[in-house]
Amino acid sequence: MNTATQVQEPSQRTTISPRLAKNYRRNITERIIEFLLMLCALSAVFTTIAIVVILVYESYSFFEHVSVFDFLTDPQWTPLFEDAHYGIMPLVSGTLTISFVALAFAVPVGTIAAIYLSEFASHKTRETVKPILELLAGVPTIAFGYFALLLVTPLLQMVFPDLPTFNMLGPGIVIGIMVVPYIASVSEDAMRAVPMSMREGAYAMGATRFQTAMRVVTPAAISGIVAAYILAISRAIGETMVVAIAAGQQPNLTFNPMDSAATITAYIVQVAMGDLPHGSIGYQSIFAAGLVLMLMTLFFNVLGHFTRKKFREAY
Amino acid sequence: MANADLTTKAEARDFNFFYSNGHHALKNINLPLYENKITALIGPSGCGKSTLLRSFNRMHDLYPGNRYEGEIVMHPDNTNILDANVDPIEVRMRISMVFQKPNPFPKSIFENVAYGLRVRGEKNKRLLADKVEEALKGAALWDEVKDRLQDLAFNLSGGQQQRLCIARALATDPEIMLFDEPTSALDPIATANIEELMNDLRGKLTMLVVTHNMQQAARVSDYTAYMYLGDLIEHDKTGDIFIKPKDKRTEDYITGRIS
Ligand SMILES: Nc1ncnc2c1ncn2[C@@H]1O[C@H](COP(=O)(O)OP(=O)(O)OP(=O)(O)O)[C@@H](O)[C@H]1O
Ligand SMILES: [Mg+2]
Repeated sequence: MNTATQVQEPSQRTTISPRLAKNYRRNITERIIEFLLMLCALSAVFTTIAIVVILVYESYSFFEHVSVFDFLTDPQWTPLFEDAHYGIMPLVSGTLTISFVALAFAVPVGTIAAIYLSEFASHKTRETVKPILELLAGVPTIAFGYFALLLVTPLLQMVFPDLPTFNMLGPGIVIGIMVVPYIASVSEDAMRAVPMSMREGAYAMGATRFQTAMRVVTPAAISGIVAAYILAISRAIGETMVVAIAAGQQPNLTFNPMDSAATITAYIVQVAMGDLPHGSIGYQSIFAAGLVLMLMTLFFNVLGHFTRKKFREAY
Repeated sequence: MANADLTTKAEARDFNFFYSNGHHALKNINLPLYENKITALIGPSGCGKSTLLRSFNRMHDLYPGNRYEGEIVMHPDNTNILDANVDPIEVRMRISMVFQKPNPFPKSIFENVAYGLRVRGEKNKRLLADKVEEALKGAALWDEVKDRLQDLAFNLSGGQQQRLCIARALATDPEIMLFDEPTSALDPIATANIEELMNDLRGKLTMLVVTHNMQQAARVSDYTAYMYLGDLIEHDKTGDIFIKPKDKRTEDYITGRIS
């Protein structure tokens, strides 16, 4: 009897053959696994939402005391002083300046390192250098903080004698060193993902290795490279320890890297480590600052998302 | 076609090739490419067609450990292009290549075709524009893309992309063009376009074409070489190879007894 005729005569059978019946045990196991997986995925979402809710809630109390206008325009941030001022801009300027210094260092160094590793280094060199580079990302940030304060700043002071002990240049460069591995590693992965056929196409046109790397591989990998930059920006903006140790903790409305200053994160640890009463305005100011930090990170992420979309290449 | 009219543009002489894993992929190959003629390279999968083709522009140099032995002589220079003192980049400037799968660069249509000239340091805008137009016309693509030269090349269809790659290769006025199964990723109409294009280029430059398609070899080429397991079994006028092959193995392949 062939199967085709069976299918044509469904009336023959009213009960389902046991070999074709739904396997409830398997079904339930699948469901449970699916549920557990979803739970893991949701935990990240819930944490994010919880953080946002707390930030917004506590900031709301803060903004009942301080107008948003003052918050954004007052050139001073002195919430713990007798004469309290609540202008976030000094902290924003410190954060942006240090991040800018970090990226000005890390973007060229990281990108060139990635190009070298992906396009020029031999297999053996790459396999040796990459793990070392990634190890650099695992060094505790407090070590980098003292590295900035005790080594980099004194070295910089030999070049710029006027540089104060606490400044933004030294920690900026050190944060740059810290994020080089992120940029190099993620960009290198993106460049290695460019199919060999595209490189061969360039070489077959008589391109040199350098021309192939710069004019074909880099543009082909640009969306991954931009992703690496975004990761580095978020990392630089959020970096706390290095800044708290080596930049001085004086909020200072300046974009000059030679000045000392505080960043949003440095302020948050500084205040959080003191004993501020719950619900006081100084306590709430932490959350307002945190909210600004989150918005800044979000802004750069969204920017990166659209840049990446614009550059996205399909091989 | 009397042999007397033929000039040899390039030839492999006692040529051997070893991959980095020690695999002896080509054994004592002797193969002339006649000037302004199309030579087809046929043979079962894995017999070394691509390996031989890619030796002509030293593509194997890109991977460490590969080794050439013997000579590939290019004329009129009468120089062994495998010589350690020959710059592979200079070789590739004179011998272009079109790949099996279209591999445009992540750039505009215009920049794809201009690429080879830019690599050579050409900056004159007028000249670049003229050359790009000429190459796109040569590759029978101009009419389809002339209004969107700034579009990303990836937006073209597969057949258009392959013609773009041919235009890219043509733009630098190569003396020899290498094609590795240029139509195997294309539909019959796009294939016919490419074959017609090769036909148009006949007499203007020397071509070496790897193909799995017997009819294509018969339609397009002037000379055909049959390879089997790294050996060059037979090389002759295409008509002769297909009508009266001298070697039993060639005959078996052509009549479909080996594939
Ligand atoms: N990178 C490599 N390393 C080692 N051996 C290789 C390499 N590439 C190809 N080979 C081997 O060399 C031989 C010839 O390969 P080649 O790619 O030249 O065959 P082909 O005739 O082009 O086949 P096809 O028609 O399938 O494209 C094969 O046995 C193949 O396995
Ligand atoms: Mg092949």
